[in-house]
Amino acid sequence: MTAGPLLAAGMATLAAGTYGFRLSGRLLRARVSFPPPAQRLLEDAAVVVLAALAATTALLQGHGFPGPARPAGVLAGGLLAWRRAPFLVVVLAAAATTALLRLAGVR
Amino acid sequence: MSSIYRTLAGPPLRHIGFACLAVWLVGVSYGAVAVASGLPAWFPAVQGALVLAGASEFLFVGIVAAGGSPVTAALAGLLVNARHVPYGLALPDVTGPGWRRLLGAHLMNDESVLFALAQDDPARGRAAYWACGAGIAACWPGGALLGAELGGLVPDTAAFGLDAMFPAVILALIVPALRGRAARRAALAGAAIALAAAPFLPAGLPLLLAALALPLASGDRAAPRAPRSQRSLP
Repeated sequence: MTAGPLLAAGMATLAAGTYGFRLSGRLLRARVSFPPPAQRLLEDAAVVVLAALAATTALLQGHGFPGPARPAGVLAGGLLAWRRAPFLVVVLAAAATTALLRLAGVR
Repeated sequence: MSSIYRTLAGPPLRHIGFACLAVWLVGVSYGAVAVASGLPAWFPAVQGALVLAGASEFLFVGIVAAGGSPVTAALAGLLVNARHVPYGLALPDVTGPGWRRLLGAHLMNDESVLFALAQDDPARGRAAYWACGAGIAACWPGGALLGAELGGLVPDTAAFGLDAMFPAVILALIVPALRGRAARRAALAGAAIALAAAPFLPAGLPLLLAALALPLASGDRAAPRAPRSQRSLP
C-alpha cells in the first residue's frame, strides 16, 4: 500500500482541484449571464454526463465487466425509479438484488 | 435552517431527507470498501469531507488499491469531477456573493444541483440547494466514518451488493429528467459513448466525451416542455 504522505498529497490534490472546478463554474456564472436556451443546454449536459456516470459505474470495473449481478441490481433500481418508487426503496432494492444474485452464485 | 424548513416543508424536504439517507448508506459502503482495500481507517471520512464527490472518491480508492499512484488517482478523480464546472454554470445564483458563495461552492454535488434545479421558484431552489448540500456534507463523511469502522467486521462488501448502490443513486436522480424523449435519447447515447470509449481512455475522460451526445437533447425544444412540477425529483 502507498505511503501516507503521498496518499495525503493525492487526496489534497483531488480536493483542491475539485473545489476549483466548483468555484470556477460559479464565478463564471456570476459574471456572464446565459439566455434560457443555453441554461437548458447546460442542464441537459449535466444529465447526459450523469447518465454516462451511472452506466460506466454499473457496467465497468476498471476496464472490464464486473459480472451480471451489479448491472442487474442497478437495472432493478432503475425500473423502480421509473415506476416512481421512493428513493430509498430504489437504492436498497438495487443492493438487495445484487446481493441475492451473488448469494445464488451469479457473480 | 428554520427558513429552509418553512420554504421546503412537505415533499421536497422529505425527498431531500431520503436522498441524504441513501447517500449515507452509500457512504457506509464507501468507507467499508476503502478499508477493505487496505487504506487507513481515517482516510475515507477525511477524503469524504474534503473532496465531497463520491464517484471520484470511489475511483481514487479503486486506483490506489489496485497499486496505482495517488497522483494518477487524483488526476482521474479530477476528470470525473470536471462535471462540476457545467453544474456551476447551470445553477442560477443559489448562494449570493462573498463567504456564502465560497462555502456554497463546496456543497455543490450531483444531488444538491439536481434538487435545486427541480424547484419551480428561486427561493425554493436556494433552500433545496442548502438543505441538500448541508445534509450530504454531513451524511457522506459520516457514513464513511461508520463504514470504515464496520469494514473491519464485514469481510466481503460485494456480498451485500453495496457496489450497485452508487449507480442506482445516480440513476434515481436523473430518471425524472429522462421522461422527456429527447433527453432520454441524449442520455442513452451519452452512456453508449462513455461505455465504448472506456476501454481506451483513462477513467473520467469517457464521461466528458459523453457530452458529444448533447445535440440529441434538443428535440424537446420544439414542443412545449412539461411543467417543472412534473419533472420534480423522486
